Amino acid sequence: MVVEDNSVKRTPLHALHLELGGKMVNFAGWELPIQYPAGLMTEHRHCREKCALFDVSHMGQVKLRGDGIAEKFEKLVPASLVSLGEGKARYTFFTNAQGGVLDDLIVSNASDHFFIVVNASMRNQDLQIMRDGLPEVQIEELNHHALIALQGPASEKVLASQTNHPCDLKFMETMVTEIGGHPCRVSRLGYTGEDGFEISMPVESAEALTRAFLSHDDCEPAGLGARDSLRLEAGLCLYGEDIDPTTSPVEAGLSWAIPKRRRENGGFPGAERILNEIENGAARKLVGVRPQGRAPARSGVEIQTQTGLVCGAVTSGGFGPTVEGPVAMGYVTSEMSEPDTKVNLMIRGKPHPAVITPLPFVKQNYKR
Amino acid sequence: MTTYYTEDHEWITVEGEVATIGVTEHAAEQLGEVVFIELKEAGDTFGKGDEIGVIETVKAASEVYAPVDGEIVEANSSLSDAPTELNEHPEGSAWLYKIKINDSGQLNGLMDKEAYNSLIG
Repeated sequence: MVVEDNSVKRTPLHALHLELGGKMVNFAGWELPIQYPAGLMTEHRHCREKCALFDVSHMGQVKLRGDGIAEKFEKLVPASLVSLGEGKARYTFFTNAQGGVLDDLIVSNASDHFFIVVNASMRNQDLQIMRDGLPEVQIEELNHHALIALQGPASEKVLASQTNHPCDLKFMETMVTEIGGHPCRVSRLGYTGEDGFEISMPVESAEALTRAFLSHDDCEPAGLGARDSLRLEAGLCLYGEDIDPTTSPVEAGLSWAIPKRRRENGGFPGAERILNEIENGAARKLVGVRPQGRAPARSGVEIQTQTGLVCGAVTSGGFGPTVEGPVAMGYVTSEMSEPDTKVNLMIRGKPHPAVITPLPFVKQNYKR
Repeated sequence: MTTYYTEDHEWITVEGEVATIGVTEHAAEQLGEVVFIELKEAGDTFGKGDEIGVIETVKAASEVYAPVDGEIVEANSSLSDAPTELNEHPEGSAWLYKIKINDSGQLNGLMDKEAYNSLIG
């Protein structure tokens, strides 16, 4: 959704964010709330315990129509899309010829078309990848749609409170329905590690529906800050930090998203490196890192062995409100990647002890 | 007893030889919820403008800069167990350091309450 205003873009919920006291920041060219008056910690915990509402209208929503889309799209990503049934969604990533990640995305089979959601910062690149890579496929950017996410264990209840049409979905399923009289696409997924829904709707419906959801006692607005701490605790990669054109999906621990047939037949950009790494292991791995003290380790912090050799770097890190302590993710050499390996984090030039920890830090709570 | 303020949103209260320094309520409010505070130790010396501590929130790390030249007499150790105190009482119990000032002339370059209030508008 795009409303141009002096080059910083605003979502259809901009006025509502201000009304709710949102502290607005520029994020990937979009003016969005980093937090509301309740504060990041409270918003984070509310999502884990009840239901948080996020405005994710900055993300790119794209419809693809044409014959043989699944086969064509498989040339751009390592997922299996010919096996993606109607009403099913799948996490995947565009790769480059060197086997790096160009962006991660969700692809949904919406019966007569494919519905794609990509990162805000990468939408132009991704549109170009699709224009170049999908001949005779009609590519329609949904510039007149908002996207809001209900995340947390009470999301199902909050959603049900506004519609008489049951949203009978499991994790990674999608459907078109009506909520409060508004036509919506509802998908049961998100990026917080909690059960929840992403709801795509026309711009005109966004504010009314958001207000309706927020009128539920269990639903509170949450900003980008909580979204980041939630996904970090859930061990989910953030494009631009944990994954980028230099990191392969195998290094990033995303091999689970590359099914058997694609491993056998390849046929996607960078298959040579990626399949070799699946077969023989990658030289470095993305791991969870749990600082033993209280000091958070941010992106860029060097990871050293206990004898002082550099073995990696933190790619995202901060404080986990549910963990109630600092948490981080980063790449380390594969020999240092085993859980319980002791390392040092070089924070402001001083070693701080930390332990390699399996991801996620907080158990994912999906409705499978 | 006189309190001065810096453009980096620190306060410094001078009582004879010793001064107490901390961050202002305005700064604490802007920072958001504090999760960790790293302080230097008693005996450390520093120059005006040196980084003398770090305040970490969930999202970011912010440096604390020395308002004048001096030496640390005492660091507020209670903050290591209760960093959120800085959100509650930044200009009271959540002071950061007691320091000895080298050159009290440097205080003349700092702001009084009125000037600081107009700075933060």
